[in-house]
Amino acid sequence: MIVLENLRKSFGELEVLKGINLTVDNGEVVSLIGASGSGKSTLLYCINALESIHAGKVTVDGIDVHAKGTDINKLRQKLGTVFQQWNSFPHLTALENVALAPRVVTKKSRKEAQEIAEKQLVHVGLGDKLNHYPSQLSGGQQQRLAIARALAMEPKYMLFDEATSALDPELVGEVLDIMRLLASEGMTMIVVTHEMSFARDVSDRVAFFKQGVLAEIGPPEQVMTNPQDPDLQRFLSTIG
Amino acid sequence: MTQVFTTLQWSDLWFLLEGAWKTIQISVVSILIGTLLGMVFGWLMSLKNRALTFGVMAVLDVFRSVPLLIQLILFDSFIAIAGFPMPAFWSGTIVLIIYTASLVAVVVQSGIEAVPVGLRNAARCLGLSYWQEMRHVTAPVGLRTAFPSWLGVALATIKDSALVSAIGYVELLRASQILNTRTQESVKIMLIVGLIYFAISYPLSRMGARYEQRQKS
Ligand SMILES: Nc1ncnc2c1ncn2[C@@H]1O[C@H](COP(=O)(O)OP(=O)(O)OP(=O)(O)O)[C@@H](O)[C@H]1O
Ligand SMILES: [Mg+2]
Repeated sequence: MIVLENLRKSFGELEVLKGINLTVDNGEVVSLIGASGSGKSTLLYCINALESIHAGKVTVDGIDVHAKGTDINKLRQKLGTVFQQWNSFPHLTALENVALAPRVVTKKSRKEAQEIAEKQLVHVGLGDKLNHYPSQLSGGQQQRLAIARALAMEPKYMLFDEATSALDPELVGEVLDIMRLLASEGMTMIVVTHEMSFARDVSDRVAFFKQGVLAEIGPPEQVMTNPQDPDLQRFLSTIG
Repeated sequence: MTQVFTTLQWSDLWFLLEGAWKTIQISVVSILIGTLLGMVFGWLMSLKNRALTFGVMAVLDVFRSVPLLIQLILFDSFIAIAGFPMPAFWSGTIVLIIYTASLVAVVVQSGIEAVPVGLRNAARCLGLSYWQEMRHVTAPVGLRTAFPSWLGVALATIKDSALVSAIGYVELLRASQILNTRTQESVKIMLIVGLIYFAISYPLSRMGARYEQRQKS
């Protein structure tokens, strides 16, 4: 379970998160939607401690993410993160990309790490690209590689930050399909997205962000078909 | 022709080769230690700590901008005055090491900074520690970017090692000067010396060319 309590975060003068409360239950898929600059990415980065926080608390399975004594490297193994940019390690093959963390972080043997990697690459449909370098893969394939790389650590949660925004339109589908697959397998996911159909069809709850405030949250049929917040109504009508 | 062989003898070639061997020693030691030191300095400068970067930069700038010849003579005189005389090989090599390190530092810094932050964050998000990320992502990716510039520094170090002759160390250039004075065959000698420098540098240049070929394919 991921719990955000009165989470606050500023960049200098700019307060980006103004007291967020959110609980994500195990097995739940929560989509974060909202205008550019409303603080969606920052929220994700506060969960995996890529960003520090100024007030409030983030706990993952009861562990305080930002507490002094927390072993963040260990905690991050539970939190798979996929970014807008796929960030493949350019000097490693697909198989090595995925096998790196199991080998280095969880000290699996080379063979074991490769087995894990192969399994995850097959999982995301890249079973025939094991020995390809990222430069030989399309954006969609690289993003699926990034997902496989995160899954290889057997995370309990997956955080997606606009995983399809940097992709050519024709490649978006293959990545969304993998995300759907993960959701159907019961993965707990927090998904920042501009893909409204994904938010509607896959999420258990949709959260609308407005200038650092969680303005509206609920099941998609409520938030997306019957929005209360006027800004959300406008947002949904512009984005389609 | 006959005159040449009477003045310039085979033993003189041996003398030059001995000088070349010393040039190689100075160069290898300077490049190896200078590169290791330069990596540490480059890493320090990449840490985005203003005070640290400024401090390291300021010191390295001195070594980068004062001509090597002057550094060599100053350091050599200084240690003599200070009462720590050391063989010319070491006083020359120490200066060359620092000079090389100051050049490598910039190369390594820009190599590290060429690694996208997103790539490093992605690695950290998988649970890699700072040093694991450094070792498995930033170092291999960044050093690959830096390699061609590093090669330039290494080649320059080989050539600059000739300046150590100014403090009396008989490496290749100094050996050739001694022969020049004795034989007055400067053109021939310089031709030979040029060829020897080329032979020393050639493997490194080849390495660079091969590397670029590999990058392309
Ligand atoms: N490292 C940073 N330093 C300063 N300001 C930042 C930093 N990161 C984000 N911001 C600011 O914080 C605000 C929220 O940014 P954030 O990236 O979380 O928005 P977002 O909702 O993800 O937007 P988008 O849909 O464009 O990705 C923006 O105004 C942004 O300019
Ligand atoms: Mg964002």
